[in-house]
Amino acid sequence: MGADHDHGGDHHHPGLAEDLSLGEPARRLMAMEELLVEKGVIGADEVRRVMDVIAARSPVDGARVVARAWMDPAFKLRLLEDPRAALAELGYPVVSGSKLAVVENTENLHHLVVCTLCSCYPTSLLGPPPDWYKSFAYRSRAVVDPRGVMREFGLEVGEAVEVRVVDSAADLRYMVLPRRPEGTEGMAEEDLVALVTRDSLVGVGAPNQPAVNS
Amino acid sequence: MNAVHDMGGVPSEDPIDRSEHQLMEWERRTGALVDVLREKQLINTDELRRGIEAISPDEYRRLGYYERWSASLETLLVEKGLLTTEEIDKRAAVVGQRWV
Repeated sequence: MGADHDHGGDHHHPGLAEDLSLGEPARRLMAMEELLVEKGVIGADEVRRVMDVIAARSPVDGARVVARAWMDPAFKLRLLEDPRAALAELGYPVVSGSKLAVVENTENLHHLVVCTLCSCYPTSLLGPPPDWYKSFAYRSRAVVDPRGVMREFGLEVGEAVEVRVVDSAADLRYMVLPRRPEGTEGMAEEDLVALVTRDSLVGVGAPNQPAVNS
Repeated sequence: MNAVHDMGGVPSEDPIDRSEHQLMEWERRTGALVDVLREKQLINTDELRRGIEAISPDEYRRLGYYERWSASLETLLVEKGLLTTEEIDKRAAVVGQRWV
């Protein structure tokens, strides 16, 4: 936002100055927000407050949950059986109205998460879904050619491993509990967190390998 | 025949475009506004989804992700009598001019 953008009106939308060519749906959205504020339906700074909450979410939260499950087998069992309660143990607020399921990848079983109908995703633990998760190509292909899709992401899942695709919906969202990489025995939980990638929590990738000490 | 949003298994040979764009300000506002209205229980997720799924197939394919959200939100707000199409039309024209 430049200092030269003072419109003198009541409505300031910091950051919008670069979007001079907003399309009609965007302009209608801005119009709706302004009107709702003027009518007192929503408070003037409520949207900004929620934007900050959303911006604070990232896959690091999901990674922390995974690292804890790798460290603590009893926690892992609770996480798989009752994710809500297990997450509450770690202090993560439970998203209302939507159930979370955690599915475990093993030596013989690999999970891939998709939402064929739209874009349902465990945003409270992973942040907003990436563009490709919302793309028509991913939504249509993940259920018929999961191995091909994963290959495009650089993930080759052996033929001996069963691939199970789980289709999220508004009432049930999935997160993958990826396999703990070999050679990470004895690593600290904090260091394990850093190995867990967003893509491994969706099933299109594997966690990073630990750096080899020379 | 499946509705347009029901994409699972629809024949496609399109590669997955793995590039990711930084959400624009208005896109982030859309997500936040929807959350605010949900918190106030003025709309819910199922209504938002129904509004998206009611978009015509051609529009559905043409619109961007948050453009579909915006369209659905408008449907709901007008249905519920919180806003009228006319006032949104009028204000959208002004919002457009404010930045040029």
